[in-house]
Amino acid sequence: MNLLQIEPTYDVEAIRADFPILQRRVKGYPLVYLDNAATSQKPQQVIETLVHYYENTNANVHRGLHTLAEEATEAYETARAKVARFIGAEPESLVFTRNTTEAINLVAYAWGLANLKAGDVIVLSEMEHHSNIVPWQLVARITGARLHYVPFTPEGELDMEAFEEALRQEPKLVAITHASNVLGTINPVEQITSKAHAVGAKVLIDGAQAVPHRPVNVAQIGCDFYAFSGHKMLAPTGIGALYARRELLEEMPPFMGGGEMIRRVTHEYSTWADIPIKFEAGTPNIADGIAFGTAVDYLQQVGMESILQHDQQLVAETLRLLEAEEDIVIYGPRDPASRCGLVSFNFKHVHPHDVAQILDAHGIAIRSGHHCCQLIMRRLDVTATARVSFYLYNTIEEVHAFWKALDDVRKVFGKYGGR
Amino acid sequence: MVDDELYREIILEHYHHPRYKGALPDANLTAEGMNPLCGDELTLYLKTDGDRIVEARFDGRGCSISQASASMLTEAVRGLTLHEAKGLQERVKAMLTGAPHEPFDEDDDLSALEGVKNYPVRIKCALLAWTTLGEILGQQEE
Repeated sequence: MNLLQIEPTYDVEAIRADFPILQRRVKGYPLVYLDNAATSQKPQQVIETLVHYYENTNANVHRGLHTLAEEATEAYETARAKVARFIGAEPESLVFTRNTTEAINLVAYAWGLANLKAGDVIVLSEMEHHSNIVPWQLVARITGARLHYVPFTPEGELDMEAFEEALRQEPKLVAITHASNVLGTINPVEQITSKAHAVGAKVLIDGAQAVPHRPVNVAQIGCDFYAFSGHKMLAPTGIGALYARRELLEEMPPFMGGGEMIRRVTHEYSTWADIPIKFEAGTPNIADGIAFGTAVDYLQQVGMESILQHDQQLVAETLRLLEAEEDIVIYGPRDPASRCGLVSFNFKHVHPHDVAQILDAHGIAIRSGHHCCQLIMRRLDVTATARVSFYLYNTIEEVHAFWKALDDVRKVFGKYGGR
Repeated sequence: MVDDELYREIILEHYHHPRYKGALPDANLTAEGMNPLCGDELTLYLKTDGDRIVEARFDGRGCSISQASASMLTEAVRGLTLHEAKGLQERVKAMLTGAPHEPFDEDDDLSALEGVKNYPVRIKCALLAWTTLGEILGQQEE
């Protein structure tokens, strides 16, 4: 098989130099990190933001009158504005959360408990991550609402006919992922939103795999809620965000109660702070929130269109190489342009755990397992898949190193169909 | 280059040629095990005559380590009393978790599983069949 060379859309080596961890060696080999859909690595700029904050600015926000408190508040709110702008939103519409999961739980409990009643329908898809299934199961159990799952086609696309069929039940909410963390599918979220709105449903989009890898504009999508995580897009772990339309945030009761989110507290009752602080009870994750802003700056400097193109080049080469292997099955759409930056696959005769273990012996980090998507696994009739997922610092040479190391799997486990 | 310590020949041999795989319709003791980390599933079937295990089979899907370990189990527990099987189960569990235990002879297939203890993520894979056996034996004790 000839190995394709590409003209990178930007200077990948210069980017790599910003990520200290990429200098690491694993099992005697240079680290090849292909597990970005799980979490991304962090550039020096983000790490330095954390250090700088703790060395110079650390104070609690939105309270103290002293200089540090003022600086910390300013930095935290500036970061919020950056993250909001990054997805085309106003800062008031952006609530900082721990991660996508917490953002979805916030909507499930704050909006769901106030708006769902027995018999109401929530439309989900079978390609959802557990984080966009389990919160709705919990809230459905409390409210008596019913879950309806839209399947995906054998090609790994959302079944739009089945989706339209589901809308005939006049659901109260449609909660669907923007990009599948297993199939790689990019869902037509604008179309989904306008169709759902036409029957009066609210729309939540799980953007965990989309925002890190492509330009996203919530105003253009028109959705009511949009959830994503910082740690998959160069920011530290423990910080994520929920976008919600302003009117909804204003109407919704708080998610958690405590300090920070109140205006006035009496013995019996309290009133709430303005949005978005109403949804950020307690001392927030200040340092990581500020570093989220730095991460967004970094991505914007490279350019999301360029990152998207780069991802697609790596995905295209991966698909081309794996499609030529008779012992490998690929899951999800075949067109790199309708995918996010990842490819799930399996050897026909080797379990993905064993594949990941053997690649690790080459310093190559890939993911194996059910990827928190047991509904997808059931539909694909597998218990687990292997997955490579890329980001802006990955190179075509790393794709080739991964592909070559697959030969070692065959060395240990024999060739498919005979050993 | 490849993890020889993990992928011992005997493990691969059991994986490629599992000893007693497939359902056992006349089993009187069965239990299902699942590894929630990876979604691997396993059903263990035992047939006993009085206190003695006369047949053992397993079915399910999983990685080489979990499948080889299950295959070795079905071979090892045949002919044991339930009490002896409990002793064996505890011994293997101790070996896999690095706890003190009476070591297995080198020519005992089970000794090949010892290398797994150096791969923390894989210990659960090797344990799956044995934990499932533990469940059956625990039910018997009650």
